[in-house]
Amino acid sequence: MNSSALRWRAFWGMLLRDLSVLRREFIAFLIRTVMNPLMFVFVFTYLFPKMGQGFQSAGGVGFGTVILPGLIAVGIFFQGIMATALPLSVEIGATREIHDRVMSPLPVEIVAIEKIVFSAIQSVLAALVIFPLVYFIPATQVQVHVANWLTLVVVVLLASLVSGAVGLTIGVSVKPQQIGLIFGIIVVPVTFLGCVYYPWARLDKVPWLQILVLLNPLVYMSEGLRTALTPSLPHMPVWASVLALAVSLVLLTSIGMKGFLARILS
Amino acid sequence: MSTGPLPIVSIEKLFKTYTGKVPIEAVKGIDLNVATGELFGLLGPNGAGKSTTISVCTTRSLPTSGKVQVAGIDVIAHPAEARRYMGVVPQYNTLDRQCTIWENIYFHCRYFGFGRSEASKRTSELLEMFKLSERGKSFVRELSGGLAQRVQIARAIAHNPRILFLDEPSAGLDPQSRLALWDNIRTLRQQGITILLTTHYMQEADELCDRVAIIDHGKILVCDTPEELKRGVGAQKVFELHLHQVDGPALAERLRQLPNVASVEGFAEGLRVFTTGGDGILPRIVEITGDNLRDISVNETTLETVFIRLTGRDLRE
Repeated sequence: MNSSALRWRAFWGMLLRDLSVLRREFIAFLIRTVMNPLMFVFVFTYLFPKMGQGFQSAGGVGFGTVILPGLIAVGIFFQGIMATALPLSVEIGATREIHDRVMSPLPVEIVAIEKIVFSAIQSVLAALVIFPLVYFIPATQVQVHVANWLTLVVVVLLASLVSGAVGLTIGVSVKPQQIGLIFGIIVVPVTFLGCVYYPWARLDKVPWLQILVLLNPLVYMSEGLRTALTPSLPHMPVWASVLALAVSLVLLTSIGMKGFLARILS
Repeated sequence: MSTGPLPIVSIEKLFKTYTGKVPIEAVKGIDLNVATGELFGLLGPNGAGKSTTISVCTTRSLPTSGKVQVAGIDVIAHPAEARRYMGVVPQYNTLDRQCTIWENIYFHCRYFGFGRSEASKRTSELLEMFKLSERGKSFVRELSGGLAQRVQIARAIAHNPRILFLDEPSAGLDPQSRLALWDNIRTLRQQGITILLTTHYMQEADELCDRVAIIDHGKILVCDTPEELKRGVGAQKVFELHLHQVDGPALAERLRQLPNVASVEGFAEGLRVFTTGGDGILPRIVEITGDNLRDISVNETTLETVFIRLTGRDLRE
């Protein structure tokens, strides 16, 4: 077998391994994926309106419509942390079980790429699982309108790959014993300042923050999905979010890959 | 240094310094050839540079300088290609914790390009060969150290490598598992697979290896068959005298005068007397040392003796 055919087979073998582990742990995948958006939409878009405390966005659009793209973006982003960063940190730092894949006839860089691709697969699955929750649970009607399917597909794919690259970068940078810190230092601020619960345009009241959050890739995931799913709300131009996601993908992949090589090779 | 036909592993002028606050020179100029079909041992104490040498050969570490070829492929220039031909069992348990034993081997085969049915067939074959068939559905955490080691070896040879690297294969194993491991290694040897192992157990090197390189402080001190190495010591028995007072050269000189004494060397607690056999030497030694003798041990010449002879230290941790 020539080298390039062998490499494709090795890559496919690794995806099969990851899929088989995912299949075995599918219930755990569902629980960790569903709980956050489920509780969030239940409390803020079902309970609150029932209690007469509903948030109203400008133009009378319900809060359910505001957070639908945001919660899907968080779901996509969260997979990068849960499905890639956490296991990778343990596999490299504690059990060193990454060894078998690193010792395959695949260049080590491509093993890192496989991690990103598989993370992205889980992110797409997460988006599909979360959509019905955030669409059907809110008490007020959610206004979803997909004007351009291509935009939706491109944004979801790019967002998923960026999440995987974030996961790779964190996974190779953090020691297993520091995993708890990831949630405090990364997940919480990134989520709250990721234009998940409000459109980016509304931050014009706090201009310094509006500029600062542009460093956060989750902003472009939320805004990109807002363009694709709820265009009735203010959103960034589609080229801006797609371009920013593409740039994030290239940057984070190269940082994550370098970190991966540094951890594997002594 | 090589015997027989083409070397499967060839190491030339290998140097490796780990950079850091305190740079560590782990390997300081190693040249080595391992011939096809050989069972070769790198013997040395912890920190001698054995594992670093193996790490470079198996593409896990980049050398500071030097050239390493495995199966004729430059491992530094073409690591992924070189990995096709090597099986590696590292020091620690790297089995995939999220997969069963069966899956560990099956997916390893898939990483090396096997198709589905081919990989299944090879997996079942290996589980049977290593008497692991009943463990196929177990997860890694359910296995003892000895069994995990066996699975690691089965996995490492699954893709029919030309050479198997075993890094400290018996470290941490109980005596029974160690004997089982030795049986497995001998079986693989009979099947014609070349094996390069590292160990700090001199008995392991002595029992298993066709050739042994003794390595210390990043350099190879000697390299030969265990028999030749032991013969080179020029002694059959070693008397280790633990003394109350390790006094000057006088006592050593008197011992050296005895018949059949090849040499006498000092160590921290006393003297080592290397003899070429002959009955009746023990009473003479006791007589000469007198009350100064605290304890005495008598050993046949082993690779340990060879190591002591070369370094003045013993191999034990």
